Amino acid sequence: MCEMNWKGNMVMKLRTMRRHVSESLKSLTRNGWMTFASVSAVTVSLILVALFLMVMFNLNKIAGDIEKDVEVRVYLDRSTTPAQQNQLEEQLKQVKNVQSVTFQSKKKGLNNLLSSLGSDKGTFEDLQKENPLPNVFILKTRQPQQTIMVANEVRHYPNVQDVRYGKGTVEKMFKFINIARNIGIVLILGLIFTSVFLIANTIKLTIVARRREIEIMKLVGATNAFVRWPYFIEGLIMGILGSVLPVLLVIVVYHFAYYSLSSNLSQMFISLIPFQTMAVNLSLLLVGVGGIIGVWGSLSSVRKFLKV
Amino acid sequence: MDDMIVMQNVWKAYPNGVMALNGIDLSVKKGEFVYVVGPSGAGKSTFIKMIYRELKPTRGKIIIDNKNIASLRERQVPYFRRKIGVVFQDFKLLPKLTVYENVAFALEVIEERPVYIKKRVMEVLDLVGLKHKLRSFPDQLSGGEQQRVSIARSICNRPPVLIADEPTGNLDPETSWQIMDVFKRINLQGTTIVMATHNKSIVDSIKHRVIALEGGMIVRDELEGEYGYEA
Repeated sequence: MCEMNWKGNMVMKLRTMRRHVSESLKSLTRNGWMTFASVSAVTVSLILVALFLMVMFNLNKIAGDIEKDVEVRVYLDRSTTPAQQNQLEEQLKQVKNVQSVTFQSKKKGLNNLLSSLGSDKGTFEDLQKENPLPNVFILKTRQPQQTIMVANEVRHYPNVQDVRYGKGTVEKMFKFINIARNIGIVLILGLIFTSVFLIANTIKLTIVARRREIEIMKLVGATNAFVRWPYFIEGLIMGILGSVLPVLLVIVVYHFAYYSLSSNLSQMFISLIPFQTMAVNLSLLLVGVGGIIGVWGSLSSVRKFLKV
Repeated sequence: MDDMIVMQNVWKAYPNGVMALNGIDLSVKKGEFVYVVGPSGAGKSTFIKMIYRELKPTRGKIIIDNKNIASLRERQVPYFRRKIGVVFQDFKLLPKLTVYENVAFALEVIEERPVYIKKRVMEVLDLVGLKHKLRSFPDQLSGGEQQRVSIARSICNRPPVLIADEPTGNLDPETSWQIMDVFKRINLQGTTIVMATHNKSIVDSIKHRVIALEGGMIVRDELEGEYGYEA
């Protein structure tokens, strides 16, 4: 009766899809207030998700940055000869839990310092002539927690003038992030479930309104998939509509926060996630989560009705 | 061979323990017209629902068009349904759609081509004599006309079997005759028709095979039979 060649099939699919989309738009407008309530619920949830994630992502990045900087700096005695220096390097490489040993000459150290000072460096230009910094070995450990042990061991090696390492800052930070994350997750999950529930209810209304239609569809042999599609689309649209405002908010808020905070923070050697990266990734994530909430809600209420 | 509907030892028990059908054996040939009669609660509705697989038998085989639908998988049911037309006492039309749209709906949801739908809907509306009312809405039609629309919808996919559950139950006698006339035309085109009815005058005057159910069993099966109960 109908040829199932590739083209015919594609044309049919497109027409069917148009039908499904127009059916779902119709019922979205028909149940206007319920649609509005569900979309608002998704919006509220996603706004909180967005604010939470903006903070969490940055805290994570900062912690990561600091963690990367957790290292044991071994300052060498000024009288150390090159041979002694090589011998010490070999010794350091043998120490347990040391991942890497990098040599930083006093000249390089000075350059690093000067460049981190930015525009103020002119004042310190004179130091070039008489470098007050010592040569340094920078040790990275396998785990941040191992720095203390390594530092204590290395301290007694010959030609070592001083040993320095970051104490506990990272651990404290991670502890804080963990607590904040757990509270946030519980809160957000609650909100997401509420949104799913509201969407499920809205879809249920449209299903009840079209109960006879579904009955006839099933009677004349429409597949379950065919019956399900409009509701699926309806949920998806509600979820995605709900993510519009949160996405705009992310763009505005993060733009503001990033450009007003990052210059202050950079003096503390901390950098935030760049505006564009955050805007793009978080927006996609929000649209995705919105879509999932919508589809989840709609499918959960259609399932019950299709079991005839 | 020429059997369209075959039931072999079909039993149906409802979850609440009621035994609706108790070992039905029967065969209906291609192109046959069968009345199913019997008092209320005799199992007529269950019997009818088995044929379009609204219900599954607890035990036994139901073979339609050489396929045992008792063992049909859930996802195959829609494709099986396309081979069965069903007409009800309450018409089941969509009030917001016109006559034309109500019939076309049945073809649209199984994704037929628009060109074919247009042609086929006009054909079946012509067959039931409602071509001139295609833009009317169901509430602008008489009961008999509404039932004819629902018959048009049930046969638009050219099903080999038409099931009618009390099709004249809501209609006055004269209109009922018109409906029977439509069924006759459909039957003459080779469609097998199974009609559950309480209408004594129709069964007694338009002679066809009569199957009488009582207590979930076939108590009578006669070619050219009579209604056999008090109206």
